[in-house]
Amino acid sequence: MTTTAASPAPAPSPAPASASAERTVLRTWVWHAVCVVIGLVLLYPVLWLLTASFKSGEEVISNLSPIPKVFTPGNYSQAVDGVSGLSLWRLFGNSLLVSFGTVVGNVLSCSLAAYAFARLRFRGRGLYFALMIGTLMLPAHLMLIPQYVIFQELGMVGTYLPLILPKFLATEAFFVFLVVQFIRSLPAELDQAAAIDGCGPYRTFWHVIMPLLKPAIVTTTIFSFIWSWNDFFSQVIYLVEPQTYTLQLGLRMFVDMDGSAMFGPMFAMSVLTLVPVLLFFLAFQRLLVEGVQTTGLKG
Amino acid sequence: MSQATAPPRPMPPPSGALPAAQRPGRRRRSQALPGHVFLTPWLIGTLGLTLGPMVISLYLSFTDYDLFSRPRWVGLANYRYMLEDDRFLTSAGVTLKYALIGTPLKLAAALGVALLLNRARRGVGVYRAAFYAPSLLGASVSVALVWRALFATDGATDRSLQFFGVHVGGFTDNPDYALYPLVLLTVWQFGAPMVVFLAGLKQIPKDLYESAALDGAGRVRTFFSITLPMLSPVLFFNLVLEIIHSFQAFTPAFVISGGTGGPSDSTLLYSLYLYQQAFASFHMGYASAMAWVLLAVIALITYAVFRSARLWVFYAQEDAS
Repeated sequence: MTTTAASPAPAPSPAPASASAERTVLRTWVWHAVCVVIGLVLLYPVLWLLTASFKSGEEVISNLSPIPKVFTPGNYSQAVDGVSGLSLWRLFGNSLLVSFGTVVGNVLSCSLAAYAFARLRFRGRGLYFALMIGTLMLPAHLMLIPQYVIFQELGMVGTYLPLILPKFLATEAFFVFLVVQFIRSLPAELDQAAAIDGCGPYRTFWHVIMPLLKPAIVTTTIFSFIWSWNDFFSQVIYLVEPQTYTLQLGLRMFVDMDGSAMFGPMFAMSVLTLVPVLLFFLAFQRLLVEGVQTTGLKG
Repeated sequence: MSQATAPPRPMPPPSGALPAAQRPGRRRRSQALPGHVFLTPWLIGTLGLTLGPMVISLYLSFTDYDLFSRPRWVGLANYRYMLEDDRFLTSAGVTLKYALIGTPLKLAAALGVALLLNRARRGVGVYRAAFYAPSLLGASVSVALVWRALFATDGATDRSLQFFGVHVGGFTDNPDYALYPLVLLTVWQFGAPMVVFLAGLKQIPKDLYESAALDGAGRVRTFFSITLPMLSPVLFFNLVLEIIHSFQAFTPAFVISGGTGGPSDSTLLYSLYLYQQAFASFHMGYASAMAWVLLAVIALITYAVFRSARLWVFYAQEDAS
């Protein structure tokens, strides 16, 4: 590998200036070439998906060339018609509903909890905080079955409530932690100034902290959206009526069908399913990467 | 920890110019009421959806429960049955293999590419974003479907290998190879640990490299004597996180094998088998026991990594903890 260790300083070489400059240029080009190759390898599956969505069913598997022999944009109109009588718009709307509820729930409940953890002083806070950190690493499997039983007793299985309600109860400790870290980085003088102006904790939260939380809220929003949009595990467990199916569950219905005839529409729908994720990514990629850096959140 | 010494709500007359926090002898009043108000959703969630369910789950793991009739106490039978359950042992083995192959490859790729990107050059941001993208897509059903097609018989991988004279058929149809596409899928998502490594690399003081260069250390030497030790806390963090993640992988295995974990249970990851036991066979008690074993295994491995950390994780003097 041609990786130099992190030092950006040029190697102190005794070579004449012009030759070393030439070498630097060459190195930069090699570096770009390596990066582009890695990028192409990584993006290959995505490009494959894009081209497959324009191929006919038989061609998807057999034709290795990225260019379709028979250009089949009809895949997309078939995808919009949907699968097993469920239109794409219905699946899309259902997914959007789940993700929207998740985002609102996470943003509200996690910033409320984070403010208490980061700024308020009271007995038990340390214990609560330790508890919150403890749940960070807890595998969801542990709570899975009792939660299912609880939601069944409440008559909520088959509705979106088991997917959305927990988010309003700050169950995603990752986001609580993220916002706590962010609030701690805000100067405490702000709170003190607000207090001197007569603000209690509620007004301080709403008028001082909340407006400053924007970056943390954006990060929470993006991750909440993408995770809930891609979520499959809880949706496959809690959504039973086809009318309530989301895009992920709709896509999975293709799998149960035999034969390659449906491959084209299936991959067209896959592309359409990824579009919102990619849009979010392109719009916020810098914030996303920074969010991962500061908290170690996983994508 | 930052100070949260906001004065109590009833405004005291601003007699002194000193900020409240600095005023000597000031009584700090507890903010118990607002504290609990702000924490109410979290408290309900933690009690009702985390701690409560954990207790119930522990109880259920000692019962025979099918969701429809009352749980029947069976003592340790569920745990004992695991040792005789061939599919359980298979799924544990498959998961271990998946974690043991996938995690080191993923972290190696993450570290290698992080080193490559750790320089101030134009285009770094674009590459970093592009390499991170798979981490956002990898969990989706769409990508799992792509993998399924790429590794099917006569699919892209099969044909490319045939071109080189290797005839293995579709990976996903062959019990000996079916796990490897899943491993590849997790390695493909190395962007997330890479970004964490990049953040760690930025923290390493530049003067260390300067003195190493003065001492005539080469690149390899510099990497092993400076970069790797200084990065070891980050490596440790990534390692723990990746191990935990690999025990919880579900969607790709589910989609690629059509929910079966096949062929011949070769992709029966732990989460998938737990799901089958719970929601296909309605062995809720057994599945609960499996969840507790999973927790125990994760805790044990994390503990082992923590213990070994003393040997290989290096904390610089100033931020020793």
